[in-house]
Amino acid sequence: MAIAESSADSDPSILVGASRVMGRDNAVLRLSEAEAAAMTLTPEDEFGDQKMIINMGPSHPSTHGVLRLMLEMEGETVLRSKPIIGYLHTGMEKTGEQLTYLQGCTNVTRMDYSSPLFTELAFSLAVENLLGMEIPERATWIRMMMTELNRMASHMLFMATNGMDLGAVSMMIYGWREREPLLRFFEKVTGLRMNHNYIRPGGVAADLPDGWQQDLLDYLDLITPRLEEYHILMNGQPIWRDRLQGVGVMNEAECLALGTTGPLLRSTGSSWDLRRDMPYLAYDQVDFDIPVGNYGDCFDRYAIRLAEIEESMRIVRQCIDKMPSGDYRAQDKKVTPPPRARIDESMEALIHHFKIFTEGYKVPEGETYAAVESPRGELGVYIVSDGSSTPYRMHVRAPSFVNLQTLPHLMENGLLADAVAVISSVDPIMGEVDR
Amino acid sequence: MAGSDETTETETEVEETTEAVETDDEASIDEEQLYGVPAASAFGQMVLFPDTESYLDLFSELQGDGFQQVIDLCGVDYLNHERSDLPASVIAERFEVVVNLISHARRERIRVRVQVADGASIPSLFDQFPGTEAMEREAFDMFGITFEGHPDHSRILMPETWEGFPLRKDFDIGRIPVQFKDAPGQR
Repeated sequence: MAIAESSADSDPSILVGASRVMGRDNAVLRLSEAEAAAMTLTPEDEFGDQKMIINMGPSHPSTHGVLRLMLEMEGETVLRSKPIIGYLHTGMEKTGEQLTYLQGCTNVTRMDYSSPLFTELAFSLAVENLLGMEIPERATWIRMMMTELNRMASHMLFMATNGMDLGAVSMMIYGWREREPLLRFFEKVTGLRMNHNYIRPGGVAADLPDGWQQDLLDYLDLITPRLEEYHILMNGQPIWRDRLQGVGVMNEAECLALGTTGPLLRSTGSSWDLRRDMPYLAYDQVDFDIPVGNYGDCFDRYAIRLAEIEESMRIVRQCIDKMPSGDYRAQDKKVTPPPRARIDESMEALIHHFKIFTEGYKVPEGETYAAVESPRGELGVYIVSDGSSTPYRMHVRAPSFVNLQTLPHLMENGLLADAVAVISSVDPIMGEVDR
Repeated sequence: MAGSDETTETETEVEETTEAVETDDEASIDEEQLYGVPAASAFGQMVLFPDTESYLDLFSELQGDGFQQVIDLCGVDYLNHERSDLPASVIAERFEVVVNLISHARRERIRVRVQVADGASIPSLFDQFPGTEAMEREAFDMFGITFEGHPDHSRILMPETWEGFPLRKDFDIGRIPVQFKDAPGQR
């Protein structure tokens, strides 16, 4: 077969890029589809060179959507691999240039569909930075509480899919079951189970409904003993540990070099978390710990997410206690639409309403970058404004997109069955990868 | 921004030297410099403006200074937008590559904006920051910006056979015609 042989020379001085950091030859298969299709198997190769290229996905149950992997295999062992993405690409960054800043949230919320509030938050923070806008304290705390609940929902989805991929089917059922009341709470607050369009520039779309404290306290009381059950069900189970421990190992230097953030980076021992290290919202006013791993393997990544659910629960409890009263959105008449009742009695309110929903509000010229810690890592939004009411350029730094680069390195020289565990532990959301 | 102290220091140094050498060039006296390249603050965030020649050296310097992670790299097409936020000594080109870096030790961010002319290329950061591989592929895919020395310079999101670069401003978004009820149809 005409696969370019990777140089077996291990002299570190000639290694470049990722291989220089890894101290070994590159695990990434750099082969275009046209080249792969042109390769033909000759009879000599069949007996001599046992390497073959195998496609996994795009429609494979363990690829979390439409991720396709081109794997160079030798028997059951994965040598080099290449993630092939773009199957879900719908040009959302281009769409973002056509929508006003008010409509922008409806677009970005569809990127990471398992934690939509984070993209809305990053977008809103960027727009507010351009507008030079202060938002009320209550809006800040509502945002913080809602995103922490969303982090729990997202990690529960991870627990479910991770269990499903590795054959722990009961965990799949439990994960979905625990996520369900959260989605119901989101529906009560935002009107929608997913793609909320709730966090908007200037604050949030609506105040919390009556009785929200009791709903959340009931939920937290329900989930606390159940999380302990997972510790017994999963952590104490030898098969589960065997499938995950020592599989897909990376160290901190490799993660930093590859731009990796979030639970992947924290599993290697680095405690980098934007919530603590570069606090946004009111994270400097709540107590929480950052779970870190030691080994950087799949088990650490699973355990960190399980522990992060508990930390998020701590933050949510503090939000319930400390939730300030006041307005849930900034009273900036040029940005936030007036209340319905005001439109009937005030000509000015009617004009503002009309202007905001037709033309949109104008944002000063400039460029800015805002980042939040999403369940998958640093989620950033880069906006260039030309002074009009639509962004000139809107770019989303999607953590899954960058984290996906670790896949070839995590899977190198592992078994095909471990590849499933690795993909699952990276937890990519393809809507965010392809945008 | 935590780096503002350092900025002001550098600024004063630059002012002294420029005044000593040339006093007639008004623009360079007002201009801030950081890491030897023009710098500016945009909404409280530090932005550096290297040219294509000083691009790689700047990143070596930044890496040595603790900025060990390239968080984001993206392209921008300034076809029909005259920017007013560029320092005077920076020559505006059609494309811009924007790189966001982060320093964990100093808990700081810094942004690098480099001008790339239509049809020109810039060096790839792959060797220093391997994580830029996918991001540079995306910038190429969407804008047609060429990165020299990139190990796999190919499309990443669009199909391999796709023609054109979708996020360029002269790439049409296309429309689906709305069919009204009772309107005469196509046939």
